[in-house]
Amino acid sequence: MMRRLLPLLALCLAMLTPLAAPAADAAAPSEQIVAGLSQEQISITASFSGSSILIFGAVKRDAPPAQPPLQVIVTLQGPRTPVQVSRKGDVFGLWINTASAKVTEAPAYYAIATSAPLAQILSHTDDLRYRISIPLAIRETGVASQVSEPRAFLDALIRIRERDGLYKLDEGAVTIDQSTLFRARLNLPANLTEGLYTARMFLTRDGKVVASQKTDVRVRKTGVERWLYQLAQNQPALYGLLSLVIAIVAGWLASAAFRAFRR
Amino acid sequence: MQIYLPIAEVSVNAFLLLGIGGGVGLLSGIFGVGGGFLITPLLMFIGIPPGVAVATGANQVVAASVSGLMVHIRRRTVDFKMGTVLLVGGFFGSNIGILVFELMKRAGQTELFVQFSYVFLMGTIGLMMFQESFRAIRRARGAARAGPGAAPRRPQMHRHNWVQRWPLKMKFRTSGLYISVIPPFLIGVCVGVLSAAMGIGGGFIVVPAMIYILGMNTRVVVGTSLFQVIFVTAYAVMAHAIASQSVDMALAVLLIVGGVVGAQIGTMIGMRLKAEQLRILLALLVLAVAVKIGLDLVIRPAELYSVRSIGHP
Repeated sequence: MMRRLLPLLALCLAMLTPLAAPAADAAAPSEQIVAGLSQEQISITASFSGSSILIFGAVKRDAPPAQPPLQVIVTLQGPRTPVQVSRKGDVFGLWINTASAKVTEAPAYYAIATSAPLAQILSHTDDLRYRISIPLAIRETGVASQVSEPRAFLDALIRIRERDGLYKLDEGAVTIDQSTLFRARLNLPANLTEGLYTARMFLTRDGKVVASQKTDVRVRKTGVERWLYQLAQNQPALYGLLSLVIAIVAGWLASAAFRAFRR
Repeated sequence: MQIYLPIAEVSVNAFLLLGIGGGVGLLSGIFGVGGGFLITPLLMFIGIPPGVAVATGANQVVAASVSGLMVHIRRRTVDFKMGTVLLVGGFFGSNIGILVFELMKRAGQTELFVQFSYVFLMGTIGLMMFQESFRAIRRARGAARAGPGAAPRRPQMHRHNWVQRWPLKMKFRTSGLYISVIPPFLIGVCVGVLSAAMGIGGGFIVVPAMIYILGMNTRVVVGTSLFQVIFVTAYAVMAHAIASQSVDMALAVLLIVGGVVGAQIGTMIGMRLKAEQLRILLALLVLAVAVKIGLDLVIRPAELYSVRSIGHP
């Protein structure tokens, strides 16, 4: 009986909201996210071959849940860098790069997990405001002035990074329990770059974002990886010399071993 | 077993890298070349960024060349004086090569530049070597038919060609030459450019050049080439390490370990083959790589677009 009445109640509320909206916006949000991550730091060790991270949370609310039920969107975004997208063209029978566009900022990694198809649970307006969908995670200012068909270049960037497992939209990967607890497991590929990653969680109702939360995840090389990378960056001359010493010693040892072997 | 390469920032199977190092080492042991011309394209093929492939390939060539040079020093088949002249040219060339590489990188045409140089150089040299060794084999057969009494005719050394007329003459005792220093210097420059820009030692270019252009004593050619290749590639490694931090030590170590083992086996196989057979096989190998890279340039790629990250955050 109660269940049948609920949609009706929601309808009544919805009709009232235009009046109530300004007041509701001013007040503290009635639903908040309490978030957690399975790990706050991801280490890239020498044997790193991909990883996964569990992003979970609970909805904290003062009143019983409103209708329709909440939907959840979780995103994980890697460090943003400028990228160059090039296109090959046929020049006298050779396929060479003929056009290229610099995209100001594209995340090195971007994954979205949702509790339902993204288009159904997120309005275009809120997508624009929070920059949630993959195309909006890329800052494309200036691409249009560099090439005649900027859309094709941006599509190619997304296509290539999706193929490499760097961009991913996983609809239905978020599971929600009792309209309160939610969790999503995101897979991190083996070709991960280090940097500061940002995990975002959005609660949506009727396509509108009703609450959001942000947490940082640090991805960094550790151990030998970190040591080598930092040496290469900070003391390139020493690093180069060390590389040469390894090569020369290895070459000399091989020759000596070979001579011993032949005797 | 996957290994994450700290500079290339990709995860690759360690055994695959050992295998590539071993395979190239085997071939370099058989043919007495550094093998950079094989390793750099192979690394790019398995997804190592071109910049890292070129710089790390050069590092692997250093190891392979040191290993080979030791044998030649013991046999006294190294012309250090000639090697030094080539070397001086090589340093100039390396700087030009690194500059060219940077320019191409800025123009977004690194790949084209590297591919085109490979096709052109390896196509030309592969064909020349193939032709020459094919003729040598036919001549050897002809001599065998003529009977053991017939002396094998030595190929005409260009002892009195245009190289003799240039100024700044110098005596190269080990090579048995009294020629101008300009031609070896220029050969050095060419090899320097190539090794810096393509990650190759240039052995497969400098060896024929020393034989056919300078007319050097063939006995000392390989050792002398290795001597100068070590310094030129070592310089390229340093320059890449300092200019673009693109030498991946973890990658280099795996390639070197594989290469060292492969080279030992390769040298043993190489000693059982005849010189002409070796040359014709090497020619075919060089041509095969050239054709493969050439086809990549000509055939319409499945994905016309490519993405390159510019710098770190």
